[in-house]
Amino acid sequence: MVQNYLKFIGFFTLLSGNCFAAEGGMPQLNPDYWISQIFWVILVFVTLYVILWRAILPKINENLENRKSQILTDLDEAQKLKDQSEKKISEYNKILSDAKQEAKKILDKTRKKVNLDIKNKKNQFDLEIGKEIEKAEKEIKTLKFSSIKDVNKIAIEASSEIVRKIVGTEVNASSVSAIVEDISKKEITKYI
Amino acid sequence: MSTNPMHQFNVYRIGPEISLGNVDISFTNASLFMVISAFTIISVFFIGTKRKAIIPTKIQLLTELSYTLVSKMISDTAGSKAKPYFPFVFSLFMFVLFCNMLGMLPYSFTVTSHIIVTFALAAIIFIGVTIIGFVNHGVRYLKLFIPSGVPLFLLPLIVVIEIISYLSRPVSLSVRLFANMMAGHTMLKVFGGFVISLGVIGGWLPLSFTVALTGLEILIAFLQAYVFAILTCIYLNDALNLNH
Repeated sequence: MVQNYLKFIGFFTLLSGNCFAAEGGMPQLNPDYWISQIFWVILVFVTLYVILWRAILPKINENLENRKSQILTDLDEAQKLKDQSEKKISEYNKILSDAKQEAKKILDKTRKKVNLDIKNKKNQFDLEIGKEIEKAEKEIKTLKFSSIKDVNKIAIEASSEIVRKIVGTEVNASSVSAIVEDISKKEITKYI
Repeated sequence: MSTNPMHQFNVYRIGPEISLGNVDISFTNASLFMVISAFTIISVFFIGTKRKAIIPTKIQLLTELSYTLVSKMISDTAGSKAKPYFPFVFSLFMFVLFCNMLGMLPYSFTVTSHIIVTFALAAIIFIGVTIIGFVNHGVRYLKLFIPSGVPLFLLPLIVVIEIISYLSRPVSLSVRLFANMMAGHTMLKVFGGFVISLGVIGGWLPLSFTVALTGLEILIAFLQAYVFAILTCIYLNDALNLNH
């Protein structure tokens, strides 16, 4: 790399020597100001070194250390908070599951109670309904009997009327009713 | 402005002539740019460290990133024993970096393009590292020149080669930086000259070259500062941990 560069310099100095009016040689090799340059570079560099060493670098180092320790404490704090929140979450979960179990228990209990109630009520109703039905059936039966008696009466009247109209003579009412009674007794099994 | 591409490297006196005894140590344009570099570094780092925020501002981030960059570099190459030399390597890296970068500004002077400056820095490092080596290991530091596992009959040759390579360290360190800086700036100046001489019609090609080279030069400016610092770390590693 250095060699290539030196070749380049040689080439270009030659080129520029032809192209431009050369002032001659490299100023770097002119020893007039060598001592001055050595003096100044050492003076400036030592000053810079002392200032950086004493004033600047400790500050940067301190700041970097501060940041590192700050980050570590922050991480610690975060870990602590995380642990705490995890504990709280598990507590919360426990409370939640307890409450769920309690709710389920209450629900079961209530359901059982309600079912029992419904069963009891149903039995009672069944009983009552049976009674009502029996009563109604009895009523229907008596109504039927009474209606048949009425029907007999109507039949006696109707048949005596018919006979009177057809035959043209008064029929003995008792004989008609006896016949009707007889028929209806024979035939009643058909209607009841 | 002269059209000579080497003109930019001329050193001239600014202000009165200062002499120490009969040695001329006048303030020159090179000294001016050294002072500007150092001042810029100190200002940037002073502003960057003024507020110590947990969440850094941009300039604070810059200072912290450069701190961690150099501190990682030194701990990776030279281990934990090199921690006391961290401020030195850090200032060295920053000084070379800012001198290189300021040299990229038009009409500025590149301090590190002078062999005598880079050699002075390299000599400080070389002498310092040698002293550290002898203080830490005493005479055993000379074992650096005797690699382990070398056949006995090759030893005289190897020792001579090792000594030469050790002594050429400051030379290679300083020439690498100086040559890179000078070559880059010379090339930029030459292509800039071409832009002028080829005019409106032909000047566009060298102009685009100049733009591309400027980008490359900025990369090299950083890279050379980094290489300078990392080689210092490697030499420190040799002085602190004798692993031959």
